[in-house]
Order: sequence, then structure tokens, then C-alpha cells
Amino acid sequence: MNVKYMYSLLAVIVLFLVSYVLAGTGTAFKVLFGIILPYAALLTFIIGFISRIMNWGRSAVPFRITTTCGQQKSLPWIKPNAIDNPFSKGAVVVRMFLEIVLFRSLFRNTRLKMKVGPKIYYQLEIFLWAGALAFHYAFLTVLLRHLRFFTEPVPLPVRLLETVDSFFRLEVLYDVSQFGLPGVYISGLVLLAAVIYLFLRRILIPNVKYISLAADFFPLFLIFGIAFTGILMRYVAKIDVIAAKELTMGLVTFHPTIPEGLASIFYVHVFFVSILLAYFPFSKLMHLGGIFFSPTRNMPADTRATRHINPWNYPVHVHTYEEYEDEFREKMIDAGLPVVKQPVEAPPEETEEKE
Amino acid sequence: MSDKKLIIAGVVIFVAVVAFPFWFNMGKAAPAPELELTERAKELNHGKCVMPTDYMQSEHMQLLDLWRHSVVRNAKRTFVNTSGQEFNMSLTNTCLDCHANKAEFCDRCHDYASVRPYCWDCHIDNPKETE
Repeated sequence: MNVKYMYSLLAVIVLFLVSYVLAGTGTAFKVLFGIILPYAALLTFIIGFISRIMNWGRSAVPFRITTTCGQQKSLPWIKPNAIDNPFSKGAVVVRMFLEIVLFRSLFRNTRLKMKVGPKIYYQLEIFLWAGALAFHYAFLTVLLRHLRFFTEPVPLPVRLLETVDSFFRLEVLYDVSQFGLPGVYISGLVLLAAVIYLFLRRILIPNVKYISLAADFFPLFLIFGIAFTGILMRYVAKIDVIAAKELTMGLVTFHPTIPEGLASIFYVHVFFVSILLAYFPFSKLMHLGGIFFSPTRNMPADTRATRHINPWNYPVHVHTYEEYEDEFREKMIDAGLPVVKQPVEAPPEETEEKE
Repeated sequence: MSDKKLIIAGVVIFVAVVAFPFWFNMGKAAPAPELELTERAKELNHGKCVMPTDYMQSEHMQLLDLWRHSVVRNAKRTFVNTSGQEFNMSLTNTCLDCHANKAEFCDRCHDYASVRPYCWDCHIDNPKETE
């Protein structure tokens, strides 16, 4: 039994039960879960996100600590690796872009293994990269798809995305049960599967389990809860979609309403999303903004060409040798020490030295 | 510093993206669509559909899918609802018989919720509408 994930799991279960029961009791709690908390959460998200970004922006960058994964630009006949050892700002932009859209540093994940005999080899550990890609892109698709609830008329790109997402027309039909209408969005299922994979990875791999904290499990359970309630509402315990859109459109046009006949599960879904938004700026989820501030990625590795000025450098008072000699010249000469600059007003001493 | 400018630009983009639904719908009222029932739908079967209204609102697609399966795979065309009434399982002849006004009945909600059912790939508009 691991307290770290049990606490997170319990927290999400309690949140589910509390919102499910309270949303069923009356309009007052529906207003809370459907109007007040979403607005409060969105404000927390935006203000918290910006304040953390600005805080990072104010931080000093004392050293140029670019991680390099290739040959630096040097002599003309040595082929440099422009992207993995960026020398210009343009190359940094390319590197950051590829990092953000393809997670290249996760792709480099290797695991050291001992083979029979004294042989060490590095195994490419590709599953985290694949899982992370699946998770992030499924989440992005789900997020963009939800714009159909927040826009009227629904923009064409959102409708195109829906068409692509429901491309497979997955359908399971028996005489009494059916699954597949409304059209199955593959992104929802991928998101659920990926979040389960990311969770299992944290509890099944011993060394990953050892470094996993409650703050790692909580977002996973929360996102699982969001995906699960969403899928439940779409395919199993169907809700009145028109009423749902009435509520969400009320939120974005600042005319909030609580339509009749929305099932409690909808309020649970909205409550979970509100928690995720409000929790976002205070958690590891801030890597959404933090990725842009990765000092090992966002600086060119050009320290051989340009000097990186450390902002911590303050004007140091230096006492140069010239100043030192000016101060102690006569005493030095008295003690018989050599001096660089001869005193001009003492020609007789010169003759003494010559003797 | 140039970094400061970049960060400010990033923050502006972030706010613009997050607030997209707010400025996209600025000044627009988007009330939920009102459905229109035809006279025939109000009269026939005492104004009742094959199943209760709230069930039909959220589950009609499931019912139609099961009907299609029953007709196409099992050749069974009779649907018995919870109060024992019998209906012919047919979108064109049963559903669209009453709800002949596809534009005012089906399409309003489907457009509002951005749903494009593939029913209409085969079941074209009820011929009665063109009369």
C-alpha cells in the first residue's frame, strides 16, 4: 500500500462523491458547480499562470547551461549539429519547437542494462515517449473538440477536427445494447488509455514508483476522472447535450444559466475540470508554461563566440598591480624589491642601483 | 531586454488563447434552439413519441441504431415501447412521418451541438416536405 497514491485516489473519489451528491440536492449547488466554481477556477488559472510566468521571467540566468547533444559549430571542416547544438537564435527556435511538439528529450530516454557477462548496454526506452505523445495530443484534441460547447456557430476547424476524430466509426452492436452512436471519438479513448498507462508506469516500475509523490498521482487521477465522466456522459449515461451547451454558452457570454434536466454527472465533470484549472498554476502541470523557460533548451550554445554576462555580477572594486605599486613604490624600493615604473623624481637612487 | 519582450508576447498569446471562447462569442446571444412540432406530431399518438420525451432527447440516436440493427440484421420491424404500443421501425416512415420538418426539428439541435449524423447520408429529406 502506497500512501502517496492512495491519498490522491481518495481525494479524487471524495471530490467525485461530494459533487455528485451535492449537485443532486438542488439549484444552489448547481449554481456553485456550474457557474461560480468554473469562473473562479478560470480566474485562478489565468492569474496564477501569468504570475508564475512573470516570476520565472524575473529570475536571473547566471550561466549558459545549454545541454548539447551534438557537435558544436567550430572549424569549417567539422560538420556541426545545428539543432542539437544550436549556435544561433533561429536554431534555438527550431530546437524548442521540436521539443514542444515532439518531446525529443523524452525520446532519448535510455535504460542501462547488464547483459550476461560483463556487458553494459543502453536500451531505448520508448514507451514513456509514446505514452506522453499519445496523452498530450489526445488531451489537446479533446480540449479543442470541446470548443463546440463554447462557440456558436461552431468554427469550421473544430468541425473538421470532430470529423477526423470520429473517423473510425467504432461500433459495437448487439440486439439489446449498442455503442457507437453518437460517433465514437478516438481521442477520448486514447486519453483514457494513456492516462492509465502513465499511472501504471508509476506504480509498476520500482524506481519510478520510488520517486513518485502524491502531486504526481493527483493530476493523473483527476484527468482520469475527467475523461471517465466525459466518456460516461457521451456513450453510457447520456445527458441532454443541448442543455449542456446552454450552460457553457451562458458562461462564455456572461449570461450564466442553469438549464433544467442536466444530470449530476455533468456537474461532476465541470467540477473536476474546475479543480484541474485552479490546481494548474500551483502544480507540476505548469510545465505547459515552464517548457518555454527551460534554460538547458532555450539558450544557444555559443559560449565560445559570445560572452554570457552573469546578471549577478556586480561592479567589483579591483586593486590593480599598477595601483598597488603606486601606493607602495617607495617602500618596495626601500626593501629592494623590483618595480615596473621607476620613480621620476629620484635620479640619485638610479645611480645607486647601477652600482 | 529582448527576453522580457518575448515573455510579454507569450503572456499576451496565452491570454488570447485562453479567452478565445469569450471574445469569439462577444456580443452574441446564443439561446438554445426552439424545436417546432408539426401539427401531425401534436395529434398523432396523443402528441407522444415512441418513447418519453426526455428519453428521446438524449437517447434517440441509440434507439435508431438499435432499430437499424434489428431491421437490417434480424429483419424484425416491430418495435414495442414501454407502454406496449407497437411501431414500425423506420426512420423515414415512422419518425419523419410526424417530424416532417427536418430543418426545424432535427437540424436545429444538431447544428447547435455540432453533430452531423450519418442518417442523412441515405435517408434524404422526407419527400413529403417537398410536396
